[in-house]
Amino acid sequence: MSLNKQHEIHTRRFGRNLGVGLTLGAFIAIIFGLTVVKVSQGDSEPSRAPAATEATQ
Amino acid sequence: MSDASINSPDFQGQAFESEAQFSDFFALLKPRVMTLVVFTAAVGLLAAPVSVHPFVAFCAILFIAVGGGASGALNMWWDADIDAVMKRTARRPIPAGKVTGDEALGIGLALSGFSVVFLGLASNWFAAGLLAFTIFFYVVIYTMWLKRWTPQNIVIGGAAGAFPPMIGWAVATGGISVESVLMFCLTFMWTPPHFWALALFIRKDYDHAGVPMLTVTHGRRSARNHILVYTVLLAVLAIAMAFTSAGGPVYLAVALVLNAMFVKGAFDIWRRDEDMSEADNFGVEKKFFKLSLLYLFAHFGAILIDAVLTRLGMGIWA
Repeated sequence: MSLNKQHEIHTRRFGRNLGVGLTLGAFIAIIFGLTVVKVSQGDSEPSRAPAATEATQ
Repeated sequence: MSDASINSPDFQGQAFESEAQFSDFFALLKPRVMTLVVFTAAVGLLAAPVSVHPFVAFCAILFIAVGGGASGALNMWWDADIDAVMKRTARRPIPAGKVTGDEALGIGLALSGFSVVFLGLASNWFAAGLLAFTIFFYVVIYTMWLKRWTPQNIVIGGAAGAFPPMIGWAVATGGISVESVLMFCLTFMWTPPHFWALALFIRKDYDHAGVPMLTVTHGRRSARNHILVYTVLLAVLAIAMAFTSAGGPVYLAVALVLNAMFVKGAFDIWRRDEDMSEADNFGVEKKFFKLSLLYLFAHFGAILIDAVLTRLGMGIWA
């Protein structure tokens, strides 16, 4: 027998599932925001090795 | 259980009143302790002489809070047996039967790893290492090893709670300085008198749980002596903080007034014996405990105010 479309467990666990969903959504928003800030600050660029820097001068 | 059994009358007939809700899992993170972690970490971060992008600062404080919460969940996992016998903690999610010990362990470990890695990515790996050490210190050194073994447990536990402002400072500066060490000392030296005053008037709980509180192992006279000594040392450190770059005139004024009140309260507790305390139902001890809550909040609040004044160009010293 499969799980009914509107099984009692759906209502019983609604709050719990909503909490997990909102937490995951907030996590995605935070990672997105951090990425935007890091990229706009230039933190994401890998630092050049000293030899490579000297060669370009 | 297979999915075929979920619709069976047996399954549906079970009582689910004790099933965990999201709030029960959240309670594992000790939200009230987390508010102190958030506040002191934010003050450490904002008082630092290096500015951090507001969103990075927000994320860093969030990850520090999650790390603090994770250590709370691991503490509840390990201490479920003693939580069940103490009135103050009997309604926590594990002793209440809402969340299993294994679930708490899983959440605690997962959030510990998550918080450390993301704090490192968001700020720097020194701050992340300090957070990892704090979680290790609180869970392994304090909870698993020393809490049930030594009456100085409160002193050691206080160290774990004192790290957040240092981590906040490290997020901004990438290191440690006199200011961040003094912020650590402020919470570290404040914790013992705060908890020993509490232990003086809720003694039965700790006796039942078999946790070696100073009041039980060395006697209540000894606890009163310890409260006075720690409070005097705390006052010296708290006032010294005023003369660093994290202090300022607002902090100095707050520190002078509150430390005078705190030392007076500790002196009153020291002067009393059990008969005097019983006579007024531990009125002085309760008053000292309430003052201790204001004490820590006001000191960190004053550091924050001085930091804001300095940023606005209205700082007087440093």
